[in-house]
Amino acid sequence: MCLGIPGKIIQTYEQEKTRMGKVDFNGVELEVCLEATPEACAGDYVIVHAGFAISVLSESEAQETLQILEELDRIQQNQIREE
Amino acid sequence: MLEKFRTKDQVIRILAEIKKITTQPWRIMEICGGQTHAIMQYGLYELLPAEIELIHGPGCPVCVTSLELVDKAVAIASMENVIFTSYGDMLRVPGSNQDLFSVKASGGDVRVVYSSLEALRIAERNPDKEVVFFGIGFETTAPANAISIIKAQERGINNYSMLVSHVLVPPAMHAILGSPSNRVQGFLAAGHVCAIMGYEEYEPIAQKYQVPVVVTGFEPLDLVLGIMETVKMLENNEVRVVNAYTRAVTRSGNLVAQEIIQNVFEICDRQWRGIGTIPSSGWRLKPRFQEFDAEWRFNVHNIHTHESEVCISGLILQGLKKPTDCPAFSITCTPQNPLGATMVSSEGACSAYYHYARD
Amino acid sequence: MKEPKNPDFNQVYCPLPLPYKEKIVLSHGSGGRMTKDLIDSIFNQHFSNPMLDKQNDFADFMVEAKTRIVISTDAHIVSPLFFPGGDIGRLAVAGSVNDTAMSGAQPKFLTATFILEEGFNLKDLEKIANSMAETAQEAGIEIIAADTKVAEKGKADQIFISTTAIGIASPDLIIGGECAQPGDVLIISGSIGDHGIAILAARNQLGFRTTIQSDVAPLNHLIQAVLETAPNIHVLRDPTRGGLATTLNEIAAQSQVNFLLEEDKIPVKKEVQAACELLGFDPLYVANEGKVLIILPEIQSEAALKALKKHPFGREATLIGKVTPMQGSPRVRMHTSIGGTRIVDMLSGEMLPRIC
Repeated sequence: MCLGIPGKIIQTYEQEKTRMGKVDFNGVELEVCLEATPEACAGDYVIVHAGFAISVLSESEAQETLQILEELDRIQQNQIREE
Repeated sequence: MLEKFRTKDQVIRILAEIKKITTQPWRIMEICGGQTHAIMQYGLYELLPAEIELIHGPGCPVCVTSLELVDKAVAIASMENVIFTSYGDMLRVPGSNQDLFSVKASGGDVRVVYSSLEALRIAERNPDKEVVFFGIGFETTAPANAISIIKAQERGINNYSMLVSHVLVPPAMHAILGSPSNRVQGFLAAGHVCAIMGYEEYEPIAQKYQVPVVVTGFEPLDLVLGIMETVKMLENNEVRVVNAYTRAVTRSGNLVAQEIIQNVFEICDRQWRGIGTIPSSGWRLKPRFQEFDAEWRFNVHNIHTHESEVCISGLILQGLKKPTDCPAFSITCTPQNPLGATMVSSEGACSAYYHYARD
Repeated sequence: MKEPKNPDFNQVYCPLPLPYKEKIVLSHGSGGRMTKDLIDSIFNQHFSNPMLDKQNDFADFMVEAKTRIVISTDAHIVSPLFFPGGDIGRLAVAGSVNDTAMSGAQPKFLTATFILEEGFNLKDLEKIANSMAETAQEAGIEIIAADTKVAEKGKADQIFISTTAIGIASPDLIIGGECAQPGDVLIISGSIGDHGIAILAARNQLGFRTTIQSDVAPLNHLIQAVLETAPNIHVLRDPTRGGLATTLNEIAAQSQVNFLLEEDKIPVKKEVQAACELLGFDPLYVANEGKVLIILPEIQSEAALKALKKHPFGREATLIGKVTPMQGSPRVRMHTSIGGTRIVDMLSGEMLPRIC
């Protein structure tokens, strides 16, 4: 129900009183409406759905999730060693 | 950094952990069609322990858009002087007699757009035509659709209107979990719906039906993480709402997006194709935006919908049956010749099964 | 929120089957299952003969029992006419050259017909003709016959080109879609999806911009180079409309085999991957115009890869899977990037950008 892809804001601008952004997805550029993410600026990652940014991606949260996984991995490896 | 959420090793490790902690059968519903699609596309289903059954929920707005609305769309698109715009998904959904694609084939001006603002731009460039946008979707798409109404009003664009068919997740969850034949024990909440709406409203639902809920993303790693967190709670008899998609979702959601929605839409009853009317399960335009409401503008009456009886979409959408349980599946019912909505949409359960796992 | 009255889940609502029985719709041109059904139900019914029934992209016959002629024919409609990496002229020549070359033949001659819309810009026509000449020279072929017709304004979309290529093949060469065998391996000559995405971006209707170029190119020299080092190739095909997935399904049906692909090995440019994700497309179904799929005995695969990589059109050639005996029905399966397995189906109809 929600094809949402993360992309990086290259530039923000206003078009007919609407806050827009040029967003880059690995070399593909899309014009995205940023009205729902007023805090997002160039350099931020946003999740884009139907040409609309629905959320700013938190890099710190992403790192934290990955760290939790690394921790899980460490626990698993220790358990394997103990067996 | 985002590629890390797709790496095989991490996914395998989480799958191993799920296998370790699963001691009994569990039935988990993933309500979002996009997640159904991703699970099938990555071949994830068969990698889960056999005790875990994934039930595919009605989270496919294309599938659940009511037959009457599709027929209205076809009627409006067939009118002279109308440019009918829509997201690509809706073009192949069959109405009682035809779909939007065949209206295009007969000469109707039907155009695929990637955003509602694009439809608005078409309206600006064609002042002598009526431009209608098919505003479907769950909560995720609502702000994207709403913004075009706000801008149309701001800029005085009078030839633009929207045929609205928004549906909401929480009422659907109530309907499914409250049904006497409910089999669902755990829920994967749709990550991008929650990015907009937050997940506060799932907390009372989880408690009422004693069903743990995990906000889940869409990458393979997100999906297995979501399943793992759900199984953990089920095994420990815990009932909570857990956010496993923290990089995109907060508890209160995107308040600015919610404000945009509240500005434009109000709650209404909605008919879900294959299921029936679920009260207070949809959004419609607020009265002050009536002139932008295509149903009001075009006055499409005399829509007679025709139903058939072979398709078991309703049972599949509720998770009571799998696509492979249906006698018509992949024989008389295929993506080219769909008997039901779940075979039409690229993310309907039947379509996903047909394309990725029909053996 | 008030308590909802639960709907009756036993009541089902269903649409009638789609009425594509009477008219052509755009999906008929997508290269997928609908295209195949159209060809089977109308053209093959009326035109059936042993050469056509083989269902390859070319036909071949002997002249005086010693010379083997290969012929293929193609029609070209593309919008926009000029796109990054090429134009309709290059597409027309390369397309027909490639179809003939997929038999292992050396294409020699081309004929071309043009349907021009009244009002079509002569400068554009000049550019297209020039492009055709250049591509013909690149391929080492000559355009030996042509015809032109003009349609009234509105009755043809700027320009339609139809081409027929003629080539000569060795009588001993047996290459065709029916020749894949269990134990064979699959090689793709380079990244998939470039052409389809380049065209979509050039149409500028879906709001995205990219630097991706179409891969349109004549592949006959590349194929000859590979045949020299790997003479026992069983199947050659260029995965055009409908993409690699559709081509593989067609061959699986012709040869009555199964294929097993490795998702990790299939080369996709990251921009193409990104564009596909944005639109909800699968690169396996996106058109290519300068790639060849090679199915050959495993023992010759190393030599083939070496020859491919030496050529500018084959630098990214990779082994992507293998042929297994058929179980039940012809199927294409794939080991996914996370270790699962899924079916890779044929394209049903037109691929549409989705939000779900």
